[in-house]
Amino acid sequence: MAATETTSTDEFVKGLWRDNPVFVQVLGMCPALAVSNTAINALTMGLATSFVLLMSGLSVSALKTFIPREARIVCFICIIASFVTAVDYIIQAISLELSRSLGAFIALIVVNCLILGRAEAFASKNKPGRAALDALGMGTGFTAALLAIGVIREVLGNGSLFGIAVLPASFQTWTVMVLPSGGFFAMALWLLIFNRLREPRPRADHRVQESPT
Amino acid sequence: MNVPQRPVEPPTSAWSMYRAIVGIGAMCALLIVAVYELTAAPIRLNQQRFLAAAVAEVLPAARSTQAVAIRDDGRLVPTTDAAELPVLLGYDEADQLLGAAIAAQGMGYQDNIRVLYAYSFAKRAIVGFKVLASKETPGLGDRIETEAHFIANFERLDATPADDGGGLRHAITTVKQGEKTEPWQLDGITGATITSVAIGDILNDSANRWVPVLERDAAGFARAQRSEGP
Repeated sequence: MAATETTSTDEFVKGLWRDNPVFVQVLGMCPALAVSNTAINALTMGLATSFVLLMSGLSVSALKTFIPREARIVCFICIIASFVTAVDYIIQAISLELSRSLGAFIALIVVNCLILGRAEAFASKNKPGRAALDALGMGTGFTAALLAIGVIREVLGNGSLFGIAVLPASFQTWTVMVLPSGGFFAMALWLLIFNRLREPRPRADHRVQESPT
Repeated sequence: MNVPQRPVEPPTSAWSMYRAIVGIGAMCALLIVAVYELTAAPIRLNQQRFLAAAVAEVLPAARSTQAVAIRDDGRLVPTTDAAELPVLLGYDEADQLLGAAIAAQGMGYQDNIRVLYAYSFAKRAIVGFKVLASKETPGLGDRIETEAHFIANFERLDATPADDGGGLRHAITTVKQGEKTEPWQLDGITGATITSVAIGDILNDSANRWVPVLERDAAGFARAQRSEGP
């Protein structure tokens, strides 16, 4: 019983760190770079993707015995596209400005390889509960990564965070950070930090042996 | 050599395939219709607010507006019906007719593009432009909203009606970037050719339909139904 609980927790946690979709698997780069110019855009895109990931994962897992192997991709895409359409309507109902600022990228969630990848590799082979945990973990990891990129870009590029000024008016904003190239700079910075933190540290005795004397 | 044989899976029957694809298609259709019905009202409200803000942007001097429509006999009439592509006459503080904010749409590179443009009666030109909805390629087609030289087209884009009232004197056309020589030409965007040509076509089609009618009928209009605020 205890082993099962640990495994379930792992299903959720792996998406946050070990298999983070953006910083480790490097999936979904198109929205990660394109709509992370502000924190609110990054958060909305992350939440929208997480919603689609969760709902499509649950659906694929629940219907896995009903879907023949030969027709699985067309069925997965149909399910994913339906939830993307639903999330598009929901965002338009919440805020038309937000929907416009995300532009075509909401519709492009359909072709985010992260979602089809999780449906094919995990949800179609596991029970709904585990599929939901996996989707929640991946979605949270994706949202956190987009938000991390968006925060840096908005703070340096606009001097604000979620539209609220956080830097003094005298700060010369780095316009390049809100331009497309700024996405690459912020992404590279986070990859550097993320990989440095994930890198196993050499043990002290190894360092002693390797140091020239 | 003992090569392990993969177990042969029995072929999937056609019925199973049909059942899965049609069944999932039906479920997905039901989901989309349900969400559409639930969100239709708030989306419409948001669109009205957004349109009001867009009219204020393209006709900043307007203090009141009047929605109009073209009747079957070709005459301009006031309307209170919500149109898919609304046309609003704009009046200043002294009740003088300033111009019209006209919504139009047409096919872009990816999908339909919806725009709102302002026609000035004094200048006989398009003097404002805003994209209401677009799914053009990010970084390419969506530059119609950000490219400074393209937006500069709408400081004064000639839309003079023809003398016979049958359309525009000169068709609005899109030319290659930097090759604009006439006031009715749109300076296009290199790298977004299809989208910028689509904008020219949308404006030309819409202005050909609306400008002659507005010029003929808008001045002598009953203003009782005008709403305050753009």
